[in-house]
Amino acid sequence: MILRLEDVSKRYKQGALEVPALSHVNFEMNEGDYTAVMGPSGSGKSTLMNLIGCLDQATDGEIYLDGRPLCRCSDDELAEIRLNKIGFIFQSFQLLPYENAVENVALPLTYAGIPRGERLRRAKAMLDRVGLSDRAGFYPNQLSGGQKQRVAIARAMINHPKILLADEPTGALDSASGVQIMDLFRELNEEAVTILMITHDAAIARHAGKIATIRDGILTGPDPVETEARL
Amino acid sequence: MGENIRFAMRGIWSHKMRSFLTMLGVIIGIASIIAIVSTIKGTNDQIMKNLIGAGNNAVTVSLCQGGDAYDMSMGTPQGVSPLSDDQKEQIRSISGAEDASFYYSRSYLDSVRCGTQSLDMASARGIDSHYLSSSGYEAYQGRPFAESDFTSARKIVLLDQTAAESLCPGESAVGKVIEVSGEPFTVVGVIRRADAFRPVINSYQDYYLYNQQNYGTIFFPDSVWPVLFQFDEPENCMIRAEETKKMSRVGKEAAEIMNQSVQSGNDAFSYQAEDLVEKARDQQNLSKSTNNLLIWIASIALLVGGIGVMNIMLVSVTERTSEIGLKKALGAKKKTILMQFLTESAMLTSIGGVLGVIAGIVLAKVISVMSGTPAAISVPAIIIGVAFSMLIGIVFGLLPSLKAANLNPIDALRRE
Repeated sequence: MILRLEDVSKRYKQGALEVPALSHVNFEMNEGDYTAVMGPSGSGKSTLMNLIGCLDQATDGEIYLDGRPLCRCSDDELAEIRLNKIGFIFQSFQLLPYENAVENVALPLTYAGIPRGERLRRAKAMLDRVGLSDRAGFYPNQLSGGQKQRVAIARAMINHPKILLADEPTGALDSASGVQIMDLFRELNEEAVTILMITHDAAIARHAGKIATIRDGILTGPDPVETEARL
Repeated sequence: MGENIRFAMRGIWSHKMRSFLTMLGVIIGIASIIAIVSTIKGTNDQIMKNLIGAGNNAVTVSLCQGGDAYDMSMGTPQGVSPLSDDQKEQIRSISGAEDASFYYSRSYLDSVRCGTQSLDMASARGIDSHYLSSSGYEAYQGRPFAESDFTSARKIVLLDQTAAESLCPGESAVGKVIEVSGEPFTVVGVIRRADAFRPVINSYQDYYLYNQQNYGTIFFPDSVWPVLFQFDEPENCMIRAEETKKMSRVGKEAAEIMNQSVQSGNDAFSYQAEDLVEKARDQQNLSKSTNNLLIWIASIALLVGGIGVMNIMLVSVTERTSEIGLKKALGAKKKTILMQFLTESAMLTSIGGVLGVIAGIVLAKVISVMSGTPAAISVPAIIIGVAFSMLIGIVFGLLPSLKAANLNPIDALRRE
């Protein structure tokens, strides 16, 4: 069991009001799972991602990541968990514009205290794995959308995280690039990388092995995608 | 840390214009301080050089009564005999002494006339053949005394510039006959201090120090002194040390030898060496205190510069909100973010400090050329200047850096 959410609720304070974003979510993922969480905007799927990604803490309930409860962790402990156990992939790539591809991929290793030479060596190897070894010295503005997302995936993978969290990974891409990214996800998953993907796009969600749906903060599923329906 | 410096340099370099403008306050502040300190140091070195031995490490040992120089016009002092040749020889052979000259002195001469012009309050010196060279005088009109003038007892004089201008305004004094106490004397030359011995007048204080009490000096060969005054007056001594640091000792030893001429038990009179080092210190302190004020004003520029740095760093944090959010999401701790921004801020001001030091040195040289004040670059001032700029960066960068470190990664990532 890599991830378990037990009766997790999240409410945001808006002035005197408490706005519920998630209510009583129970959810599990095993090592090697590839699950999509699908829902329209405002459904609470970003909140769910933030909680699992240790960027935010639940109001009620408990989240276990790799067996460790996340509630009541200090900021620095959460940073440590993000560094070692979670790989983030964002819709807008979030690459540093003034660093080239290999420096972007190596960034998390800086926080792990790896020496510079070793960082760059590992980052190059990871770029090679996502098929961008010939773009190592390119800056983000010299890369296509699909290439940028692959750099971001390489960065997410660099610390060998327990789980890859992808928030609308194809949202800013054309459909051809999107399909390439989904193929890369499939390959990574076949190498036993655990992936949790959040999307509003049913077609994209069908690349995953299981789909959970979320609506008004209530999560249902996940249900396995039938093999013939899987893209 | 290496990575932080790399990030900082990249941040600074990617906004060259903005970074430079941000540094400008620090540059101006540090440059002013370096320029002021260099000027103070240069002036102080100059004061030391001018005052101490007036360029030639000369110490004056004169007969004093109760701490003040005794004026012979009050009458030959009781119980003080003239210096013997043996004493003079002893003084010349003091170790560390280069040369010594002995001279009679009067602070004020009553009536000195040249035709219709008269000069009051001129001072008089009856000098030996060593005097002109050991005090750095050279003739710029006419000639100095020749060796024969000291034996022939011809009634001749040298004038300094002040005396020459008062007695013979607008014309050369050489060859003129002047009357001193009714006795005619022929002016053979006008003398002034050689460049190396001449004081540099930079301020009102300097002018006051060097010129206020100088109403003109008339120099007689010591052989004619008795024509005007008594025959066996005690002489003063001007002794020149080999090095500035030997001046005090040489002066004291000379005074000791000369005090052998003062009858034991005579408490009223004693020979005393003028402590010029002390006098120079007083002058230096004076110039320091005026310039300390300027340093405070320059510090205001630094303060304003620091606030500018804080302002730009706050803008920079706001601009880079999503970068900060991303770094936090990737596992950067608060401390890491804090250090990154502090490093950038400190680098920014340190570079400003280095540029300021360079600008300050240039400014000091320019001031030096324009005003004739010497500039001496102070290495400690440079080190303190750069270190202080770095400190400014850390102090004024703290608030923006804390703001960055405490950003909520969710909010930071959401803003795009």
